[in-house]
Amino acid sequence: MGVGEGSADLGLNSNIDQNLKIEMGKQGIFVTTIEELYNWGRRSSVWPMQFGLACCAIEMIATTMARYDLARFGAEVFRPSPRQADLMIVSGTVTKKMAPQVVRLYNQMAEPKYVIAMGACAISGGPFKQGYNVLKGIDRYIPVDVHIPGCPPRPEALMEAFMTLQKKIDGQSLTGEDRPRYHDAEATGEFPVPEPGEHDLEPSSNPLVWITPVVIR
Amino acid sequence: MSFTETKAGKFEGWNRPPVIETSDDGELLEVSMGPHHPSTHGVFRMDVALDGERVVKLKPVFGYLHRNHEQIGQTASYLQMMPYTDRLDYFCSLTNNWAYALAVEKLAGQAVPERAEYIRVILAELTRIQNHAAAVGFLAQDLGASGTPLMYAFREREKILDLFESLTGSRMMCNYMRFGGCRVDVSEAWLNAARKVVAGVPRFVDELEALLSSNEILLARCQGMGVLKPDLAVNAGVTGPMLRATGVNYDLRKVDHYGIYDRFQFRVPLGEHGDVYDRYMVRILEIHESVKILEQALKEIPAGPIMDPKAKLRGFKPKPGEAYGRIEAPKGELGFYLISDGGTSPYRYRIRPPSLVNLTILEDMCLGHNVADVVVIFGSVDIVLGEVDR
Repeated sequence: MGVGEGSADLGLNSNIDQNLKIEMGKQGIFVTTIEELYNWGRRSSVWPMQFGLACCAIEMIATTMARYDLARFGAEVFRPSPRQADLMIVSGTVTKKMAPQVVRLYNQMAEPKYVIAMGACAISGGPFKQGYNVLKGIDRYIPVDVHIPGCPPRPEALMEAFMTLQKKIDGQSLTGEDRPRYHDAEATGEFPVPEPGEHDLEPSSNPLVWITPVVIR
Repeated sequence: MSFTETKAGKFEGWNRPPVIETSDDGELLEVSMGPHHPSTHGVFRMDVALDGERVVKLKPVFGYLHRNHEQIGQTASYLQMMPYTDRLDYFCSLTNNWAYALAVEKLAGQAVPERAEYIRVILAELTRIQNHAAAVGFLAQDLGASGTPLMYAFREREKILDLFESLTGSRMMCNYMRFGGCRVDVSEAWLNAARKVVAGVPRFVDELEALLSSNEILLARCQGMGVLKPDLAVNAGVTGPMLRATGVNYDLRKVDHYGIYDRFQFRVPLGEHGDVYDRYMVRILEIHESVKILEQALKEIPAGPIMDPKAKLRGFKPKPGEAYGRIEAPKGELGFYLISDGGTSPYRYRIRPPSLVNLTILEDMCLGHNVADVVVIFGSVDIVLGEVDR
């Protein structure tokens, strides 16, 4: 199975004694929990959506090419359809014209789904923040799992984001208080799509995911 | 049958009524390709009307990446805009830098030292090589050669990006040129590394050509596809490899004599038919010509200063006036038009982007072709959305 070596990394939230597990592994017995196995499977084949917005998309493509080779992380299969993708890499500037489509694409993805906000623009609007047409961060509308700063971030930074996301997936539990949103039958998987309003997008942010910071002067 | 009034009424708001005759009186299918579409090279939308699989109407929809570049240009200082120009055509940040620096130098009447001119030529031609290599890779990707040609192209591109990174500190957003020169000097070690990379380019292009140029699928899908007539291209203001593929001999490096391009021996590759294959071939041949320029420039580069000693970067206020600086960017004529009112920021800052102008004739090239070929024709225009929408 090939996970015996790395099982110490995998068992982030299992109750099995690690030493006992290693001893049993030497005897050819592999002990795990469904949760670990499930998370291992999911984190080893994250399929990103083939979705480029601006400059960062070129670095995203460069990451999948031979030198950086994202395939090592099991994430080389870029799917053009949101229905087949697990991960949305928001790679570039989200303008106010594009933001509704980004949220709509996120809504169309099947759970469990993750978001990496790649680059300064996707995080906060970046160098174009002062402009009238640029959204000041995609985390105003959809929940973002990993933020990578940079303009554009280097391919190494995107791989670091991938590893961070894999750690996050490893740590997710199927039950209990801290289970992810999609295991909660009550929670919504769809987020309201903003509409172009008179001056700005309506609503200007989603209160479920974005708390407007209070400026203390 | 031709389009009746009632049918044309369906396309109200389109720039002009459909011009192709449909085969029967069946309903037309309207397809919205984009803004999220694997073939659109970014966030671009095409509203296509289809008769069966044949395109009878195509309406491009712009503005999904409008980042208010020109508005920022009118509030920021002259030097502050230099990093923003990197993000116009994000494949070719160094040629964008050069065009902007050229416009400001014209405005302020600054001279550029000889060594800086050589460095600019070297960097611009390296940019052209990596842009054309990537464009060919993406075109093959659009043809369905999923991944492999693009991998070859990006392997070569990474070598050139390494050069950019060691000189300017950044892989893509170089922010390197300054008004009256360049930011840092090139070392002898860097020049040697550049010579080594340039020596390897012809071998890479030959390899790419052996894989692609006589490939049966590429020939079948590119020859005679998306033909652009020379008179239409000239009237529409198309420039760059798109125009030269139609057979019009117009290269700003030869026509405008900007920089020091007069000193180098190189030819301008021309196409004959103006189809997708000619555009592909012109790009391949331009890589060879760029290698020639690079070999000469790397041999002749003189010692000396890289900045005009009288150049002033902080508190830079050119006299009132206007200037238009243009260069032959890898995608076509890239121009910056600046009006100064004597202040620290331009009164008007306008960009003439090659990608947007080259894209305006997309409908004329696509009409009558299958919808799958629209993807190929669109890929052969070689656009970058950062420059189209700005």
